[in-house]
Formats: sequence, C-alpha cells, structure tokens
Amino acid sequence: MKIEIHSLQETQEFAKKMADLCKDKQIVITLDGDLGAGKTTWTKAFGKALGVKGTINSPTFTILKSYKQGNGSPLHHIDAYRLEGASQDLGFEDCFDEGICVIEWSEFIEDQLPEDRIQMSIEEGMDEERIITIDATGSISQEIIGGLL
Amino acid sequence: MLILAIESSCDETAVAVVKNKKEVLSSIVASQIDVHKEFGGVIPEVASRIHVENISYCVEQALTQANVTMEEIDAVAITQGPGLIGCLHVGVQAAKTLAFAYHKPLVPVHHLAGHIYANELVVDMKYPVLALVVSGGNSELVYMKNETSFEILGETQDDAIGEAYDKVARVLGLGYPGGPKIDKLAKEGNPICPLAKPKTQGKYDFSFSGLKSSVLQYVKRMERLGQTFEMADLAASFQECALDEIFDRVQKVLNDYPDIQHFVVGGGVSANSRLREKIEELKPKYPQVTFTVPPMSCCTDNAAMIGVAGTIAYMSGRRGDASLTADSGMEIQ
Repeated sequence: MKIEIHSLQETQEFAKKMADLCKDKQIVITLDGDLGAGKTTWTKAFGKALGVKGTINSPTFTILKSYKQGNGSPLHHIDAYRLEGASQDLGFEDCFDEGICVIEWSEFIEDQLPEDRIQMSIEEGMDEERIITIDATGSISQEIIGGLL
Repeated sequence: MLILAIESSCDETAVAVVKNKKEVLSSIVASQIDVHKEFGGVIPEVASRIHVENISYCVEQALTQANVTMEEIDAVAITQGPGLIGCLHVGVQAAKTLAFAYHKPLVPVHHLAGHIYANELVVDMKYPVLALVVSGGNSELVYMKNETSFEILGETQDDAIGEAYDKVARVLGLGYPGGPKIDKLAKEGNPICPLAKPKTQGKYDFSFSGLKSSVLQYVKRMERLGQTFEMADLAASFQECALDEIFDRVQKVLNDYPDIQHFVVGGGVSANSRLREKIEELKPKYPQVTFTVPPMSCCTDNAAMIGVAGTIAYMSGRRGDASLTADSGMEIQ
C-alpha cells in the first residue's frame, strides 16, 4: 500500500492513525528511509499518540530506548544503525514479545525479526512531500493495516 | 576515604581509585576506539566482549598504581546507567562481585552526574550550577540547585550532538569518530553554506536531526546542479550551526536564572576547539558566573569522574544491594 503525504502535519496525522490501529496490540513495525526522510518525526508522533509522556529522542547511541504507553504496555524504539556488521544475538526477542516495537535500520538485524510484522518505508520527495509504503507480512499485521483502507 | 570506581557504559572500560573526592590515585582507561573505527560506530557486541576481557586487568592496574589493596577501599562506585545495556552489565557485575567478596558498600552512579562532578577534580563547584553535557549519547542542560539535586532544563529532541557529528562525518566520508575530524576540517573553511536552522518546541531544548538532514540535502543538491563546494566550508557551516544551537540555549538559561554561580561542561564534545572558543566569548557577558571547562582527561569517559560522583553519593547515603542491575535508560539522580 502506498500513501502520499504532502506536509509535516500529514505525517503526524498519519502516525496518529497508525497509533490508533496499533493500540493494545503486540506488533513490530520496521521503519526504513534515508537519513532525513522523517523516521524520527514519525516515531515521535506515533509515540505521542500512544500516550508516551516525555521526550522520544534518538536511540542510536544506546541502540534501544523503552517507553511506557498510556495503557501501561511498553513501546520499544530500536535503532540498528550501529549494528551493521555485528552478528551477536542481542536478545531483542524479549522486546518483540511485549507491546509495540519500532525498528529503524532493521536490515542489520533482519534474521532476528518476527515473521509477522508491519514494514514501512518513507521515501523523500521535494520539501515536505513523502511517499510511505506499508506492507503486512502476516495475519496480525494485515488486520492492523486493513484499518487504513 | 577511598573509592574504587568502575565505568563501562560505552567505549571505554575504566577503573579508578579516588581519595577524598578530589585526588585521583589512579585512572585506567582501556579504549576500544580502534576496534570501532572499522565499523563507523560503537558495536555493542564488540564492546561488551572487550569489556569482559579488559575489566579484571583494569581493576588490578588501578589498585596497583594507586598502591592500595581492596581491603583499604571504603566503597565501590559503579555506573548503573544510562548506556549500552550489554556494556553496563559487565561493569555492574564486576562491581557487585568486588563489593560482596570484600564486604564493601556498593554505590550506583548516573553516568551524566559523573560528567558533571568531573569538574570537582579541578575546581570547587559553586551552587547553583548550570551544567552542559555534550557527548555521543547526550546533549543536556542540567540545573543543580545544590550538590545532590538535578533538574534537566533542556535536552535533545532527536540526535545527540556527538551523534550528529558522527553521522555528518560519515556522510562526508571523514571517518569515525566524527567530532575531531570535523573540528579539524572546519578550521580550514568558512561557514558559508546555507543550512536549515534547527527548530524546537521547548525553550531550552536542542535538535540536531534536521541539521544533519540539511547537510545531506546540501550535498545532494550540489551534486544535482553539478556544482562543487569545499568540504571544509561545509564542515565549518555544520559546526557553527550546531554550536550556535547549544550556545543560544545556554545564554537563554543564564539570562533566565540569574542565581547561577557556576557554568561547567562535561562530555567528549567539550574537546571541540570551537566550543571552547565560544565559552571564552561568553565569559565577559556574564562576569558574575564562573566558567569551567575541565581538561580533556576529565571530559571523556573515565572512571575518576565516577569516583567523584560515587564519593558524593556515598556521603549522601546512597547504596546499592544484591538486586542492583544495569539500567540503560536511567533517570539522572
């Protein structure tokens, strides 16, 4: 599925819509896109809509940052940017088994990802224009993104 | 009072012995930076494995150089967080083992507090203090009413400043770590490339993600137009923009909090030469404030700062027990 976004505000509205669909679910979302595509912007808006209080900032340095959603379950934000070339199992399965997980640069931990997940990629156009591509790879993810139609 | 301090939150395995809060009897740092260079960043797998290999040797060296035995140590201080979880575990486990084997109190310390208290090694901090902590994982402005109170006034809303330096250096093909490379190159250039000014909501907050994207877009645009530019000019433009962001907020806080007596800096980015120049420029504007930028040996990750923080925490009665675990997202205390 492809969604065209024309402004920063639309990116935030779309993140909110996704949050409403993911709320109370257990799901992994991989988020791809070049530096500057808007992965951080999207995740901040997504987390806020899930009821996360406090600042969501870059997990690049610590690889993983965990927050509490409004309903008490966790939102894990993983950035695998620095795991390029690493091959150790870092125990992310524990994160995948609870709440919602947003993973940036997921290609570096591809072999550890659960089969059923939402794959999102943000492609940069001119200025604030973005094309977001979303795919579901299993029954739970399909049910969630079905709500976007 | 003798404190044995252990720090393993990121790149460095470090152990120190600190006497009476101020005197560093030994400070051992086993750096992993060569291993990381090849990957363009810190790889936790590599990092935690090397911490395991280094830690016993570092403890032994720290005690030997300080010419003290474990029996003479009063307490063991440890960085509990924040940091890379696998790395933190190595240090916490070592500290717990030592503390329980030798029946010593265990004192958990926050990494950021360590960076701030490092200033105590060169000066007596006068409260209220405004601390600027800038590193690969941190960009924070912390207000301390007294020795044991911390209030985060501003923090990065996205990337840490050191992370932005590393990512921009990677885009420009300069290598890791990015900070020193950009700083050096910037000296040969002029800040003439137009880059987007960062935008934030909070009055004292920082943002560096947009600036990083702006550098990338500038490179792409020039390529598209078939135009050339000087890498040194782009490095200078990025550096100027990033540091303006920091110092704009610092000045806002200094204006809004006239009770601040002392401005201190911590974290690896304080090695940046332009940052140090900008602090010199601030001094005449705020004659009532003492400005301290500690020597580089205190600014990068080391265990002496954890020893100082550990001494202060020990005196205030803080203790860890057998249930103490590493906390990668620890709140400052």
